[in-house]
Amino acid sequence: MDGPAILARLQERFGATILEAHEHRGDHTAVVGPAAGLEVLRFCRDDPALRFDMLMDLTAVDWLKYPGREDGLRFEVVYHLYSVAENHRVRIKVPVDEDTPVVASAVGLWAIANWFEREVWDMFGIRFEGHPDLRRLLMYEEFVGHPLRKDYVINRRQPLIGPKN
Amino acid sequence: MSVGQFFTSKVDDAIGWARKFSIFTYPFVTACCGMEYMATACSHYDIDRFGAGLPRFSPRQADVLFVVGTVNHKMAPVLKRIYDQMTEPKWVVAFGQCTCTGAFYDNYAVVQGIDTIVPVDIYIPGCPPRPETVLDGLMKLQDKIAAEKQRA
Amino acid sequence: MADPEAQPPRTRRTQEFFLGEGTFPQPEATENMQVNIGPSHPAMHGVIRIFTELDGEQVVRADVEIGYLHRGFEKHCEAGPYNNAMPYTDRLNYVSPLINNFGYCSAVEKLLDITPTDRCQYIRVIMSEISRITDHLTCIGASAMELGAFTVFLYMIKAREFLWEVIEQVTGARLTISYGRVGGVKADLTPDFEAGVRKAFVETRTVLGEVDKLLTENRIFVDRMKGVGALSREDTISYAITGPMLRACGVPFDVRRATPYWVYDRLDFEIPVGEAGDNYDRYLVRMAEMEQSMRIVEQALRDLPGGPTNVDFEGRPMSAPPEYVDRGKLGKTDGLLLTPLRLSPNLRGQERPFHDAVNAPDRRAVLPPKEHTYGSIEGLMNHFMLVMDGFGIRPPKGEAYFPVEGANGELGFYVVSDGTDRPYRVRCRPPCLPPTAAMPRMIEGSMVADIVPTFGSVNMIAGELER
Repeated sequence: MDGPAILARLQERFGATILEAHEHRGDHTAVVGPAAGLEVLRFCRDDPALRFDMLMDLTAVDWLKYPGREDGLRFEVVYHLYSVAENHRVRIKVPVDEDTPVVASAVGLWAIANWFEREVWDMFGIRFEGHPDLRRLLMYEEFVGHPLRKDYVINRRQPLIGPKN
Repeated sequence: MSVGQFFTSKVDDAIGWARKFSIFTYPFVTACCGMEYMATACSHYDIDRFGAGLPRFSPRQADVLFVVGTVNHKMAPVLKRIYDQMTEPKWVVAFGQCTCTGAFYDNYAVVQGIDTIVPVDIYIPGCPPRPETVLDGLMKLQDKIAAEKQRA
Repeated sequence: MADPEAQPPRTRRTQEFFLGEGTFPQPEATENMQVNIGPSHPAMHGVIRIFTELDGEQVVRADVEIGYLHRGFEKHCEAGPYNNAMPYTDRLNYVSPLINNFGYCSAVEKLLDITPTDRCQYIRVIMSEISRITDHLTCIGASAMELGAFTVFLYMIKAREFLWEVIEQVTGARLTISYGRVGGVKADLTPDFEAGVRKAFVETRTVLGEVDKLLTENRIFVDRMKGVGALSREDTISYAITGPMLRACGVPFDVRRATPYWVYDRLDFEIPVGEAGDNYDRYLVRMAEMEQSMRIVEQALRDLPGGPTNVDFEGRPMSAPPEYVDRGKLGKTDGLLLTPLRLSPNLRGQERPFHDAVNAPDRRAVLPPKEHTYGSIEGLMNHFMLVMDGFGIRPPKGEAYFPVEGANGELGFYVVSDGTDRPYRVRCRPPCLPPTAAMPRMIEGSMVADIVPTFGSVNMIAGELER
């Protein structure tokens, strides 16, 4: 299926939950309402026409300093999906609020979501509900803050940690 | 100079000579510099001809701690612990710019130079240093080892 | 007469104890041992901690902890203009740095909607494939060394040195090359590049033949690698593992075929595919891929548009830019822009004849050739606008994801631009994160000694894993 057909299928199934579906430079993106993320992903994986069996990437973007998006929701979790069988791709974006940054976890759908979501928690502070073991992936446990947020200055130093016991 | 001093200085020289040509390195390899360390250790540039070809992968058995590659805050306690476990006499070589000063990783995660954690004897700059630079640093280390005074 | 062979009668009842059983002194006499493997690894893969719970030699549970080389790549890319990210991308997968460079450049070019010139695309293909060969050489060499085959390591690093010499001629450095630029590459190929590559390939093929004889049928190697670390096809896909590990399971997924980029659709190569998905198949896939990479480079050198760079200057070379500038200031601009310039070695390749062959003709992103910069006011202004803070490459607002085939799998760069000269967000999708996440799955149930070849075949590069 090509990009517009994928977006059309998503819109046909989910209607108004798909807030936006557009194409930019050849990439097809669907922005999904916050509560329906997991359902849309499950449909992407299980639908016989879409068959997105590979979660290529799961990341997030912090829109705090983006010119023109100051009033919108602060974070957006971005899923890049790929289908090995059909060889097509899509990008699903789920906006997340700053005050309650919680998204349903995709661990039940793809096993790799475990580590990708841990990294998003580590770097952005977005919690994933239903994740079995949400702890930091890249930073050490005593680290305070979430480094990839726009309000974390790149060279803010934290105290050195000593050897464990 | 008394006869005793003559002999102890000769013994010092002999011990220094033996030590500098039997360097047991602990290659604490983290990042890209590790590739240049491998290149230096292998056939083209060969550090075995300096006697430093046998890496000892236990800190208790090693003399020289080659810290090769970026050390970040998560890794720093591990480095300190390994340094503490090494027995005297021990030397530390900061291999690569990241270990000397943190290189261009001026950020929240990287230690800005391992000399903030462990005392360093030789700094080998470069990103990564060419094998010739590494060998030059190794020879300077050998001079340092040879010049060390042993107590009677 | 007593039989000398007869055993003396047993007078004491013996009792046999097995560890873990018995009633003396406590019922459960053993418990599982928790062993920490790493982070300072003797196996020179970098830094990772595999926390294992062992029942004797068998791994009951394993947990992989990463983060010991997190260097803030994504945060640093946001801090500077688009081309500043180039040295940071080198240090992602530091054994095949050219692939990372070009992947990032291609993602930004996608945002800008620039197509690099044909010659540049061929050069990118050639350099990427050479990088892929060095990566596989390092991977197989290091994992063979950990299994005890030290000779194989020495041979592979020897072959890698020849390739690094070739790369050094073109890019100026052996490892951290920063060769790509948005819109092109830094400089064209050197005149004796093709000869250098052919010589390096002769050496590489010899080495690969020798290693094949040493390892492929070697009883010890096969015993340690066959059937070890296998991961089923469904698991591999569920863990989003791509690259040689997925191909070893029988799935012929290669980004160069699935979504062809640069000029891969014009080149003829095979995708080696395995069957069992164990370490031995991954080794075979990597060995076969190296031969395919060499094939691609040879075809690309044959088809390189514009031929080898043997540009002869018909005019007199000016001695240095200051004379150029002086002549321009004096108003003697006739034919000035066409007169060749002799640049310092680190700017070589930026002269007009080389520059236009490999850089896209897009003034929004590509620095003008040095003759224009030094000799004309428009060129100077163009250079100024691209270099000064706040100006520079300013893609329109938007985002783009560009996948390339890295040595470990799909390496994707997701770049979000906000219209200014700094990227808003750069995300590198690391191809070795999925296999590392699947490590516990691969080693649970097997012996401790099986961790080493499995981890070697994962080819975890910490720079890429933790960015």
